[in-house]
Amino acid sequence: MASALAAVAPQFDDAEQQRSASNLGIWIFLATEVLFFGVLFAAYAITRVRFPEAFAAGSRLTNITLAGINTAVLLTSSLTMALGVHAAKQGARRALVGWLCLTVVLGVGFLAIKAVEYRLDYLEHLVPSVNFAYPGPQTEQVELFFYLYFFVTAVHGVHVLIGICCIAVIAAMASRHAFSASYFTPVDVTGLYWHLVDIIWLFVFPLLYLVSRS
Amino acid sequence: MNMEHLPLFPEAASSIANQVDTLYFVWLGLSGAVALAVAVMVVWFAVKYRAGSTADRTLVEDAEHHRRLRWIEITWSAIPLVLFLGMFVWSTEVFYQGATVPRNALPVYLVGKQWMWHVEHPGGEREIDELHVPLGRPIELVMTSQDVIHSFSIPGFRVKQDVLPGRYTRLWFTPTRPGDYHLFCTQYCGADHSRMIGRVVVMEPTAFEHWLSAHAGAQTMAARGAARFRQYGCSGCHGANATVRAPRLEGLFGKPVQLQDGQSVIADERFIRDAVLLPNRNVPAGYEPTMPSYRGQIGEEELLEIIEYVKSLDNVTQEVVR
Amino acid sequence: MSSAMLAEHDNYLYKEFGWWAWLTTLDHKRIGVLYTITITALFFIGGSAAALIRLDLITPHSELVSIETYNKLFTMHGVIMVWFFLIPSIPATLGNFLVPIMIGARDLAFPRLNLASWYLFVAGGLCAIYALVAGGVDTGWTFYTPFSTMFSNTHVFAVVAGVFVAGFSSILTGLNFIVTIHQMRAPGMTWFRLPLFIWSMYATSLILVLATPVLAMTLLLIAIERTFEIGVFNPALGGDPLLFQHLFWFYSHPAVYIMVVPAMGVASEIISCFCRNPVFGYRFMAYAILAIAAFGFLVWGHHMFVSGQSAYAGTVFSLLTFLVSVPSAVKVFNWTATLYKGRISFEAPMLYALGFVGLFTIGGLTGLFLASMGLDVHLHDTYFVVAHFHYIMVGGAVMAFFGGMHFWWPKITGRMYPEAWARFTALLMFVGFNLTFFPQFILGYLGMPRRYPEYPPEFQVWNVLSSAGASILAFGYALPLFYLAWSLRHGAQSPANPWRAKGLEWQVSSPPPSENFLTTPIVTEDAYAYSGTGSPHG
Repeated sequence: MASALAAVAPQFDDAEQQRSASNLGIWIFLATEVLFFGVLFAAYAITRVRFPEAFAAGSRLTNITLAGINTAVLLTSSLTMALGVHAAKQGARRALVGWLCLTVVLGVGFLAIKAVEYRLDYLEHLVPSVNFAYPGPQTEQVELFFYLYFFVTAVHGVHVLIGICCIAVIAAMASRHAFSASYFTPVDVTGLYWHLVDIIWLFVFPLLYLVSRS
Repeated sequence: MNMEHLPLFPEAASSIANQVDTLYFVWLGLSGAVALAVAVMVVWFAVKYRAGSTADRTLVEDAEHHRRLRWIEITWSAIPLVLFLGMFVWSTEVFYQGATVPRNALPVYLVGKQWMWHVEHPGGEREIDELHVPLGRPIELVMTSQDVIHSFSIPGFRVKQDVLPGRYTRLWFTPTRPGDYHLFCTQYCGADHSRMIGRVVVMEPTAFEHWLSAHAGAQTMAARGAARFRQYGCSGCHGANATVRAPRLEGLFGKPVQLQDGQSVIADERFIRDAVLLPNRNVPAGYEPTMPSYRGQIGEEELLEIIEYVKSLDNVTQEVVR
Repeated sequence: MSSAMLAEHDNYLYKEFGWWAWLTTLDHKRIGVLYTITITALFFIGGSAAALIRLDLITPHSELVSIETYNKLFTMHGVIMVWFFLIPSIPATLGNFLVPIMIGARDLAFPRLNLASWYLFVAGGLCAIYALVAGGVDTGWTFYTPFSTMFSNTHVFAVVAGVFVAGFSSILTGLNFIVTIHQMRAPGMTWFRLPLFIWSMYATSLILVLATPVLAMTLLLIAIERTFEIGVFNPALGGDPLLFQHLFWFYSHPAVYIMVVPAMGVASEIISCFCRNPVFGYRFMAYAILAIAAFGFLVWGHHMFVSGQSAYAGTVFSLLTFLVSVPSAVKVFNWTATLYKGRISFEAPMLYALGFVGLFTIGGLTGLFLASMGLDVHLHDTYFVVAHFHYIMVGGAVMAFFGGMHFWWPKITGRMYPEAWARFTALLMFVGFNLTFFPQFILGYLGMPRRYPEYPPEFQVWNVLSSAGASILAFGYALPLFYLAWSLRHGAQSPANPWRAKGLEWQVSSPPPSENFLTTPIVTEDAYAYSGTGSPHG
């Protein structure tokens, strides 16, 4: 299995070219993700500038504790992912599988905490179009805030889920000796994707939860 | 210029139409010249250098040749660039003229909705899909939409402006020829978009006065606005005998207003509209954000009447108006 | 081992037969063929909508179809032609086929992503066709809010989903091309020895990769807003319908460069071959392609001069639009200069390429009218705009597409097409096209708005002329279906290099072997190393 996968694909001249191509490919893909989320951030920023008080009020109603925990969870998962890539470079198969599994667990943990957070939002009547009820002023604009909140965190959550699935697959492949110190490109590439998902969260968290909260 | 069945060119019936047409003709001339030059060169080369012809094809590819090539490239990049910049400056200037409403413009209010234009003159005259205007006076249209984005266009005047829900947009013109002119909706707005058309009727000033008196509503827009002002309870807080502390509206329109967050905004139509529908958006300094919202209660046309009323309160106290 | 020594059937078409072999192929050439078949089908669906539109517009009242149907026709025509024909056209068909071969590679960097991109395209197309069959969409291809989010009662979600999915097809194609061109050029193939077609594919791919995600998110935003009846484009909640327009045009303006830059690449290949001359000013042409792609991202607001956008923003967009026109003008001059001291012949590909140059020139010049703010006020949303973009998209991009299909037909299929029929078709298309769209410039200045099934009677004569032209054009588009299909069985067998053209694709057999090159080529000369001698026929 290892030799089959590590073999250079026929369109490439050598392993080095294959590795470079994969690397450039994932960076381009990450660029597309940045633009994809960029639109959301732009829409959020523009609407926020129009309604600063309403958005500040909305921010105050978000669950900063759970989101803070989630930030720590996701950052840790990036660490475990990086340690996994490092293990792959060393050819340490068992360590690699271990770190990847831990990353999956942390990723699932992120989604679980997010689910709890969503449930709490539902109980507090903060879900637009479903049961939104905000007694204060500018209620429609606060509802807009929560629309963006759910939209951004849901799209991010979908990316986390995709990442979890990819890492799980990579972990399974690793446990079957698919990688070695000289070939671990899929681990590398998945790691980069996971780091981007983390970085996006590092923008989402302050923008939605922190700015103007006080 | 217009043959009965084969029109080539619309009538020019506004003060800006000639400038727009001149821009058009200059572009026609310039692009015609470039297109012709390219076509002539292509045909000439195609003929002269067709395979089998005996034209001289010697090419010396030395440094001098490459130097000349670079100058050719620079020249035919620089010349279009300069021409374009000149046209840019001129056409932007024309645009700004069209966007700068003259101070003495006569306001007319327009509400676009699927699929008709509601027009209201300050004197209370109402029209649907028609707009009567006097010759030779600048007219300012203050427009909003009740539903989707429309666009108000009078080709004969060379004017057009999108009409948006939730906002006021403006358009001005000075008609220079009496007659009837097409008005079209030019932003796709649903099924009957192509039927949201009508005519602009430009009348001699005296004829226009007659038309106004023949079509005058029972009240002017401002008077209707005053009635709405009382009907919706605005005078309860903003009137002279109010017990609640609310901003006074006399002499407000068009002046700067200091807001709570330190910003200063002009009290224009948009400001009044937002104050009624989104009162916590622009809270004036020194006041509490206690005004209730009238979203869903006051329609677009009623809002325009209230705005006309507030405009009429220039330095006049409410007692005198009543 | 030269390509002449290959057995007659040692090529990619004969490698493996059967549906399964084709539907699971990883060969970029077969994927290019799959795309060609798919977009041809979609072209005729979009074209049928256009035919019905032009037939209906023969009379001032909408007598052929109801107004509601007309609104759906122009919407589906736009959606299908933009996203399911023009955007993929040259890149996914000719690009997929030629990019690896032109740079000396055995395939694209990611063959499985390439196949995935075709499946995504088909899935998106099926969504769009479902929407069509289920009753259509009436928002216009531009989906302006709040009409598309809050008022339209048609299958907006299905169409938007289809375009969303097809967008990922675009992104994967672009990603594949960028990596391939960067990483897999043969030894000696430096950047400035690349054919201009490759430069055009590279620049187009940059736009595909950077602009399409913006469209994807914008479509997602309107789909969700429509479904949950809340969103940032809704003015009743304080949202801004203009925000949608900014986001939409931020993608859709670069999109028009996705559609035309590949056509420019094709034109350079054909013109140099049939003039036996290198393209005049190669470096300037390459830089112009990149400049168009880069500046193309900065001009979107010229679609919004009368939208309620601020005059200051409009001024900046107008200036940038004038600037982006300069490299396009330079390219036209360079193509013209390529003819100088050449040895010119007029086979069908050359007729299409010259047609492209002429019609693109007119289309581009009329863009300047629209870039002028003062004039755009009068022309915006009239038939002048319709004529302008059809001159570029149809007179330009589609003619170049046909030119490229004819030029590389022998390479792709191993057969020659019938030359007389092809030349006749090129001329028919040119005449039909001009008759269809030139009257629309006049209608536009007269003030006839676009998207109108009914119009004032004084506009009828020009509309009738336009529709007459459309019937000629339709006939012109139908002809290649027949003679190209005919050529597959009865066309003359083509040698490796029927045009005696320069370029690595002509060094391999027609059709090429599956792996493209038996040995990796080593490049020692510049692109277009024509010496002004010889001819396409020896």
